[in-house]
Amino acid sequence: MEFFRIKNDIPFMRHALVFNVISLLTFVLAVLFLATRGLNLSVEFTGGTLVEVHYSEAPQLEPIRQALSDDGYPDAQVQNFGSARDVLIRLPNRDGLESSRVSEKVMTTLSAVDGGSPELRRVEFVGPQVGKELAADGAMALLLVVVGIMVYLALRFEWRFSVAAIIANLHDVIIILGFFAFFQWEFSLAVLAAVLAVLGYSVNESVVVFDRVRETFKKKRGMDTPEVLNHAITRTISRTVITHGSTQMMVLSMLLFGGETLYYFSLALTIGILFGIYSSVLVASPLVMWLGVSREQFIKPKQEKQEAVV
Amino acid sequence: MNRYPLWKNLMIGIVLVVGLLYTLPNFYGEVPAVQVSSGKATLKLDASSTTARIEQALAAAGIRQTGIFADQNSVRARFDTTELQLQAKDVIEHTFNPDPEDPDYVVALNLLSASPSWLTSINALPMYLGLDLRGGVHFLLQVDMPGAITKRLDSTAADLRTLLRDQGVRHSGIEREGRSIAVRFRDADLRDSARRAIERFTADLKLADRDGPDAMPELVATLTQQAEKTIQDFALKQNITTLHNRINELGVAEPVIQQQGADRIVVQLPGVQDVAKAKDILGRTATLEVRMVDETPGALEAALNGQVPFGSELYTERGGRELLVKKQVVLTGDRLTDAQPGFDGQTQEPAVHLTLDAAGSRIFRDVTRENVGKRMAILLIEKGKGEVITAPVIRTEIGGGRVQISGQMTTQEATDVALLLRAGSLAAPMEIIEERTVGPSLGAENIEKGFDSTLWGFAAIAAFMIAYYLLFGLVSVIALASNLLLLVALLSMLQATLTLPGIAAIALTLGMAIDANVLINERIREELRNGSSPQAAITAGYERAFDTILDSNITTLIAGIALLVFGSGPVRGFAVVHCLGIMTSMFSAILVSRMLVNLIYGRKRKLEKLSIGQVWKPSN
Repeated sequence: MEFFRIKNDIPFMRHALVFNVISLLTFVLAVLFLATRGLNLSVEFTGGTLVEVHYSEAPQLEPIRQALSDDGYPDAQVQNFGSARDVLIRLPNRDGLESSRVSEKVMTTLSAVDGGSPELRRVEFVGPQVGKELAADGAMALLLVVVGIMVYLALRFEWRFSVAAIIANLHDVIIILGFFAFFQWEFSLAVLAAVLAVLGYSVNESVVVFDRVRETFKKKRGMDTPEVLNHAITRTISRTVITHGSTQMMVLSMLLFGGETLYYFSLALTIGILFGIYSSVLVASPLVMWLGVSREQFIKPKQEKQEAVV
Repeated sequence: MNRYPLWKNLMIGIVLVVGLLYTLPNFYGEVPAVQVSSGKATLKLDASSTTARIEQALAAAGIRQTGIFADQNSVRARFDTTELQLQAKDVIEHTFNPDPEDPDYVVALNLLSASPSWLTSINALPMYLGLDLRGGVHFLLQVDMPGAITKRLDSTAADLRTLLRDQGVRHSGIEREGRSIAVRFRDADLRDSARRAIERFTADLKLADRDGPDAMPELVATLTQQAEKTIQDFALKQNITTLHNRINELGVAEPVIQQQGADRIVVQLPGVQDVAKAKDILGRTATLEVRMVDETPGALEAALNGQVPFGSELYTERGGRELLVKKQVVLTGDRLTDAQPGFDGQTQEPAVHLTLDAAGSRIFRDVTRENVGKRMAILLIEKGKGEVITAPVIRTEIGGGRVQISGQMTTQEATDVALLLRAGSLAAPMEIIEERTVGPSLGAENIEKGFDSTLWGFAAIAAFMIAYYLLFGLVSVIALASNLLLLVALLSMLQATLTLPGIAAIALTLGMAIDANVLINERIREELRNGSSPQAAITAGYERAFDTILDSNITTLIAGIALLVFGSGPVRGFAVVHCLGIMTSMFSAILVSRMLVNLIYGRKRKLEKLSIGQVWKPSN
């Protein structure tokens, strides 16, 4: 089997502007959604209490809402989680509420509602200070990844590559966040982990292409810069598709079999992988070109020996 | 040319065998067990005698065990069935805690790895599952450090009052203002002599002059940074000790109580479902009481015969001797500011040094003056029940609030007693700032889901790789499988906590690790396409791909490390596995797969064709 039978290099760079305009539009849309709708942050970031209960028969949600409201939680969100028999209750932190006891009171309230006895599946309580810290730590982690990768790429390649790779891949991150904002999917710590993992992963993609670019510059003297880039992308495209296909198979498997907990995690990865291919190949490479990469940067000038003056 | 030297093959082989050994325990599953650990802070578990007692008790009851294991804090017996486990628990409970009202030991149901003992003896244990996989409660407690410091400042203010009075320095009022103490004086001379007195007394205070209202000279004392840090460390350690003692009561098999950051404590109780009770126990306070021993002649004998004199109570000392203690409380634990193990200044015997606050010292001085030659008992009162920690004889009057207990103690005993004295109360109040409870059914479900996702993902990748790259695909799949093996082995060896995000990381790492093999295989195909001979193509393919693999793994690793550094909870579980997986994938994708390819093709001199799938050549 061989999927890719490419005779000549595909002229990707001829359409460089188109790719970048598409990408810019998506990016702007993502930012727009983030700004207008915002992220649906999970209880880990906002602080609050989350109680997941399981019933042997599907319960009516309305009486549960009513009972919670009567017992002093009018701001409780009650919804099904995964199946009709699983119910998720979210309560924000409030002043004057002994928050560490909320979960027990909720269970007492639920037991009193008609319609079967609930089985406690999961409780998460996050105090207000912890939520803020987690958000701050998340931002720090993102910053560290960006700086780390930039420094590494700058050392290993050239600053043009590192700038291009980071712009291309940060725009992936924004697009993933944009999806989460548009659909109001829950943004949890696990999703954050997925986003950062994707960042590291799709930089790979740029690295593979850049490696080829460097090699081609050194080997093939007759090509101009767009040709070198076209050549490098064409030569690596089968690897790109197969690798991402394999990773996506694994992620798909998580999406299908991983249950609710891994659902958004794998969803973030899926979006990240799809846009990762696009951006790290078709956005990063034109950026490198526009930043003015050329053969001279790869051929080491002969070092002139300085005469020692005695 | 495509051959590894023998040592390299051997090394890879050894790594894989070791990996297999340490992965093995995960396949055996778990068997029911009963765990015995000390239920009282005053009781040290002796492994060998406890093991013998359990063996005897079970033999007498005719219950067959399949192995007894002892570690530092507990002894565990394994059984074939849950039924036997429950019977055994009853028998052991009966033997070790003859008085169910006052249990000395915690007898808990637990699960132990069913792996054979030779595996256990080389420390090959199954992966340590996190709470989201096994079910249980997780708490994050915030220690109120400002509270601890305020408490200390209050007692320091009282100390200063006593000090200045003893030194004959007249002051016009001592008050705590937030995080400092202000002392007012009528004139500057008094202030100077007070300053000298305080500086001689303690190095913990930073003193500054200030003119207060009415132009009264004032001395402002604040705790030095060093002192504040000591107080905080002490408060944290003391709270952890106290929590340990309390959680023992819950009968949890493997509680985790750890410091996190400067002022937080993580408590994890696997298998606990009764969250309300757990919270009660975490929040309860124990107290320390100092009382006099009733040494009326004949009173002890009478008490032993069942006639306890009025106003006294019968207790058992740590050594097992009976002791009659008066009910009247001389001093409570609030007055104790510190207890440390150390040595007697003259005899060099192990000793425990207590520090009392000003009010405590005054009471203590009076009591000791009146009772020289008698014994006093220090009791730890928890759940309304008391225990004698120590009952020393008063040798002389003790003033100044610095008390030393010594005589017939080993260093270990001194350390234990100091710990117990401190355990009397929480040094600073604590608040639950994070809670996670996972029911046991959800835990089991999470394991299943994580396992299924990995399995099906792996199967899909394997099927594709073999169809696309034929023999080289099979080699890549074997390399990927060895990556999984090494990752599981490493996680088992390190006993890193495996959580559901951790399982997701295993799956994701496998999905990403195949990249290296795809890179290599594509390179080999390309070399073939360009007309290289098969052997040369293999060599060139591996060599050229190496740089790219290294670069891409390092960038992924950077992301992994950032997650590890800044991640908490679920993110950290993900990051640990992710980082380890990147390391093992480098090894397996490059070395293991190359070894296999070398073994298959390396010796063939006239190699015409590689089984790497169709190689399409553009016809010019």
